[in-house]
Amino acid sequence: MNRIVINPITRLEGHGKIAIFLDQEGEVANVYLQIPELRGFEKFCEGRPAEDMPQIMQRICGVCPEAHHLASTKALDNLFKVEPTSTARKIRELLYSAFFVTDHATHFYILAGPDFIMGPESPPAERNILGVIGKLGVELGKKVIQTRQQIHWIIQTIGGRGIHPVFGLPGGVSKAVSDEDRAKIEEIATQAVDFARLSLKVFDDLVLKNKEYLDMVLSDTYTHRTYYMGLVDEKNRVNFYDGKVRIVDPQGKEFAKYAPGEYLEHLSERVEPWTYLKFPYLKKVGWNGFTDGEKSGIYRATPLSRLNVADGMATPLAHEEYEKMYATLGGKPVHHTLATHWARLIEMLYAAERMLELSRDPEITGPNIRNIPTEVPAEGVGIVEAPRGTLTHHYVTDEKGLMKECNLIVGTTNNYAAISMTVKKVAQGIIRKGTEITEGLLNRIELAWRAYDPCMGCATHTLPGQLPIEIAVYDADGTLIDVAKRS
Amino acid sequence: MGKLKVALYWASSCGGCDMATLAIGEKILDVAAAADIVFWPAAMDFKYLDVERMADQSIDFCLFNGAIRNTEDEHVAKMLRAKSKIMIAYGSCAYEGCIPGLANLFSMDSVLDRVYIDTPSTDNQERTYPRAKVQVPEGQLELPRLHGTVRALHQIIDVDYFVPGCPPEAKTTWLALEALLTGALPEKGSVISHSGKALCEECPLPKEGKKVKKFYRPHQIVPDPKKCLLDQGLLCYGVATRGGCGAMCPQAAMPCTGCYGPVEGVVDQGIHFLSALGSLIDSTDAEEIARIADEIVDPAGTFYRYSLPVSLLRRAKTA
Repeated sequence: MNRIVINPITRLEGHGKIAIFLDQEGEVANVYLQIPELRGFEKFCEGRPAEDMPQIMQRICGVCPEAHHLASTKALDNLFKVEPTSTARKIRELLYSAFFVTDHATHFYILAGPDFIMGPESPPAERNILGVIGKLGVELGKKVIQTRQQIHWIIQTIGGRGIHPVFGLPGGVSKAVSDEDRAKIEEIATQAVDFARLSLKVFDDLVLKNKEYLDMVLSDTYTHRTYYMGLVDEKNRVNFYDGKVRIVDPQGKEFAKYAPGEYLEHLSERVEPWTYLKFPYLKKVGWNGFTDGEKSGIYRATPLSRLNVADGMATPLAHEEYEKMYATLGGKPVHHTLATHWARLIEMLYAAERMLELSRDPEITGPNIRNIPTEVPAEGVGIVEAPRGTLTHHYVTDEKGLMKECNLIVGTTNNYAAISMTVKKVAQGIIRKGTEITEGLLNRIELAWRAYDPCMGCATHTLPGQLPIEIAVYDADGTLIDVAKRS
Repeated sequence: MGKLKVALYWASSCGGCDMATLAIGEKILDVAAAADIVFWPAAMDFKYLDVERMADQSIDFCLFNGAIRNTEDEHVAKMLRAKSKIMIAYGSCAYEGCIPGLANLFSMDSVLDRVYIDTPSTDNQERTYPRAKVQVPEGQLELPRLHGTVRALHQIIDVDYFVPGCPPEAKTTWLALEALLTGALPEKGSVISHSGKALCEECPLPKEGKKVKKFYRPHQIVPDPKKCLLDQGLLCYGVATRGGCGAMCPQAAMPCTGCYGPVEGVVDQGIHFLSALGSLIDSTDAEEIARIADEIVDPAGTFYRYSLPVSLLRRAKTA
């Protein structure tokens, strides 16, 4: 059987490779997305003090350490049976909202956006942030860089450090927000709201008004009917920091809604011998292989998933955009994978609005930032929405608070089975008997992958630029017969 | 003189070092003006094959982050060493093994059992483990093999310079890059940071050098954020950690955890911290000293948070 290997996938945080097998007819027989690394956080945290977990666990991913830091801190609240003070809770959510703005902006402008902004068929040399700046203008390019820098400052100021923050403790945070810093954060948040609105306009002009792109977004190749997962508040609106996990079925009906401590009733993970990463699936539906539909426990936890499970957004401008997206795409749920980009921008606007609300909250500069835990720790679960999916940390300790057991279900990991299916479907759609392996083919596989903004270090994260891939075609004897690669 | 040729690579890492490289901001333009990046999987298209085809010593310098965890990390490290005139272990993982190096407290089998068998969400009654070579219906698939012990970069290849930090702060990164770009290089084997002395020397929190009767864990007390944390009984690692980062953690009222590695001239950071703490305990009574020391609940994970693979312990004995 012929084999196509995409290895290594570069411009990713972490490592990954794709093996595509062709049958004798030259059609795609199967696709394997392999994750070739394991570090073993679930084991080596054993014996460590629980209160050190926010700092240890965030070393899973240096691109979204804020997500791990806060999921871990919330697991500690639960473990030590202590509520954070109202001010501390708001400080955490303020940092987290700021983080979502910068993370989603990075993905849209630097990682995935170039495909749309420059066009999927444009030469790879132009399909990057420099091409984007060339097309949209230096002013917008500067805004992207400025937004990233300003938010780096916010994270360092509130969290202690710009990469791998240190402020999370059970019952609160280590540092209060000064009046001076608050004023500066409010100013940055105001700009962030404008920037998010501008980004939605860019998407509207370039993608929604372009029939060719819109057709691609709506095409069957990029569509899967799956279950969806995301965190919602008490009114079933999208929330990144807190709430219950809601799951809807492929029809959009509520399938389950659970508090963090109940996650084991709903999720299972499958082990395959050809990859180091596990495949989560819905326990009550079961694992039925790499297929979509109601009978398959495969679910997705992405920006689009979060919108699909919610009844709306908690801020006014983002909610308007939410209504517009579903009106345009024909109601909920939306199964078109590429619409994830649109959902991500709506989330960016929500994060910016929430950041602004919190920066104006009179409590945000309050001095009361810590509740000291007094109960004996035993077990705790913490869940946040990471940009790439629902993030679950589960800890069990002895009575001194030393870690005995730990379990993690991480953002991108939720989507591992779905990403595999998407890559396979796209490969099947475009590689046919006698297909010449071309630039365009690489590009279409890239597009499928990028919609998820996958993070395989976390599992894996994508950094600036496009995903360059190399496809090697082997004949049945394993002899290399063709190599196509981006130069 | 032509532009310098530069490579960047991650091995077993979190990606934070790649983000830290970008954190130098607009100075990245100075780097672009002086150097061509010929290999950077995080941000560019070049493949292993491109590196294999380069002549030996054709890369001027390589910033290598991440620890050595599996056969692929090791293979690429050796290849890049051959192709590079100067090899830099960038960040704590490459320099000392860092937090993933804590896996050396356990056997590889116990790590695999925990992840693939015992975690409560895992449903794996067939006891399937990932394998280096797997036959699937369509053909054979391969994965890198995991090593039993996590190693730092200099434990498998010759390293010219070390850049500390998890991740290195932007000013530390720039200090190293400036030296590399201008050729004003320190002695081989140097650790590049603004300071070789203990972090306490640059920490703005006033230190009285108080003796302590009790050690506290960070969640147990609200410290005075304007005073030395160690004076208040929190295990702040600044006394035994190289400075240069700017002491941001203590200024956020959280103790230093030691990510910049040992001070100049010290081999084993953990032993240095331990001896510093010994002189701090306010007692001469053996029993009381033992009781106070017992308040340090995780000595191995605290003293060797970032440096276990390069410490004198290196790894725990496991069955």
